[in-house]
Amino acid sequence: MHPAFSVIFLTTLIGAGQGLFLALFTSESYSAVGLLPKQSHTFYAIGGFLALLLLIAGLIASVFHLGRPERAWRAASQWRTSWLSREVIALPTVMGLVFLYATIHLFEWNPMFLGYGFGDKITLVLGGTAATAIFILFLCTGMIYAAIRFLKEWSNPLTIINFILFGGASGFMLASAYSSFYAPELVNFFGGWAIILTLSVWVTRSASLIRNARLKPTSTIQTAIGVRHTKIQQKAMGMMGGSFNTREYFHGKTALFLKSIKWIFIVLSFPLPILILWAGMQFDQQPLLISAFVIQYVGLLFERWLFFAQANHPQNIYYQTV
Amino acid sequence: MTQLALVIDLNVCVGCHACVTSCKEWNTSGEPGPLVDENPYGKDPTGTFFNRVQTYEIGEFPNTETLHFPKSCLHCEEPPCVPVCPTGASYKREEDGIVLVDYDKCIGCKYCTWACPYGAREIDEKQKVMKKCTLCVDRLYDEALPESERKPSCVLACPTSARLYGDVHDPDSEVSNAIREEGGYQLMPEWGTKPSNHYLPRRKTRMHIHEDELVRADNPLKQEDIRHETSKDVTLDDWF
Ligand code: SF4
Ligand code: SF4
Repeated sequence: MHPAFSVIFLTTLIGAGQGLFLALFTSESYSAVGLLPKQSHTFYAIGGFLALLLLIAGLIASVFHLGRPERAWRAASQWRTSWLSREVIALPTVMGLVFLYATIHLFEWNPMFLGYGFGDKITLVLGGTAATAIFILFLCTGMIYAAIRFLKEWSNPLTIINFILFGGASGFMLASAYSSFYAPELVNFFGGWAIILTLSVWVTRSASLIRNARLKPTSTIQTAIGVRHTKIQQKAMGMMGGSFNTREYFHGKTALFLKSIKWIFIVLSFPLPILILWAGMQFDQQPLLISAFVIQYVGLLFERWLFFAQANHPQNIYYQTV
Repeated sequence: MTQLALVIDLNVCVGCHACVTSCKEWNTSGEPGPLVDENPYGKDPTGTFFNRVQTYEIGEFPNTETLHFPKSCLHCEEPPCVPVCPTGASYKREEDGIVLVDYDKCIGCKYCTWACPYGAREIDEKQKVMKKCTLCVDRLYDEALPESERKPSCVLACPTSARLYGDVHDPDSEVSNAIREEGGYQLMPEWGTKPSNHYLPRRKTRMHIHEDELVRADNPLKQEDIRHETSKDVTLDDWF
């Protein structure tokens, strides 16, 4: 498929935003049971707004993918059958919940329900709800790709697992950089999880790379045109100047280019950020923590590009002379 | 239930692209507005078409055969492009099984094109909505047209009558007969999309001549020769 930058930014940005919120909420629940030192409301408020900012940036990127964004509201209507429609509902829900969570922390609200004050628990309940919504959103985003059975590179549970783990890894990376400003005692907690998540996604993404390399296409030129012969060659595609079919489904790059992107993404997403993060935690270097996140994010852009470029659509059989 | 569809006879198609131009002409002049054309007279002309005729070469020189292959939306009975559409713009009509896009609802997200294994959908880069073959739904029921013209314009245009149109669910229709009797098949049956459009294969009519027929063993003129030795005299056979 042709990798569209709007979708590359959408999925990586909201992934990091979702991961950052999960990181914040994890630390808040840990401190609620006394496993971590308590943090100020401002820490969660600013962190929450930072996550919201990433979600909004992702949403803005997605608008560039649509031909008619002014009608985007219609996309919420087919949630019964379409994962894209479900994502269109889940994303604003997550944004709303994260906004509420951050605002309540910001103003240190303690709303009363039926004469009963929740105290600090209100943000825990809200955070739990938002975290659930975030996992649903990950599921929707992953299923958009995994549900298209014609694209065998995507049509696999690994797609969803990778989306969740990549989002979590970059979110926890960001959380460790962020906490170095307001809550230095949490840097190692977030950093530790970031390393664990990055290592796990290294494993699962490698699994999907290996799987993709071994895939055999279901359709062949024989089934595409219904002629039983081992030697069939396309001589004309029905147009000369190209068409939507030759633009949307091809990445237009050489195999060598793809291979180099693969190695760039592997280095930038896995070993390099882990090393830099580790060094940053070891030597208490804030710039290192920040660059670990930035480098991994750039790595994820390469990763997502390859994710799209590697998917081979059966319609390409009809466009062999590109 | 009715399922309108095309049956395309690859044995007859000569690759003249008459259906392509006729389709474009009809569908660019209709109510939904023109089908985009960019650089129509320039170096790299491109645009949206509902129908394309492709050409394949089968076999290796000198044993080759040319196949012209028209391709448009197959109006699948299990259209995978429909359930993925987030807006409901893509739908399959209950009454005649035609798969359509509502251009007023489509947001141009292109998700449906990922879900069509045949590459039958092409976005209109000007109107920014998804377009594809409508089976000329705006002709089929138009009472202002004479009955004989209430057919897709590609069908009317084809000079060799390679394109048949009708209800593939009616076992006695012309199209069902053709599919049944001429070996009609579907494209990429492995995906279970159940395309309604069918293709009739290239067929060869071969004369089978038995050796007996060549030597004409039963030629009454030769009856004698079979029983007796050939005469040295001049015979009728020498004249041939
Ligand atoms: S050919 Fe493609 S666009 Fe047409 S109904 Fe089938 S899946 Fe949908
Ligand atoms: S491009 Fe239009 S028809 Fe296709 S899935 Fe999106 S909204 Fe539906």
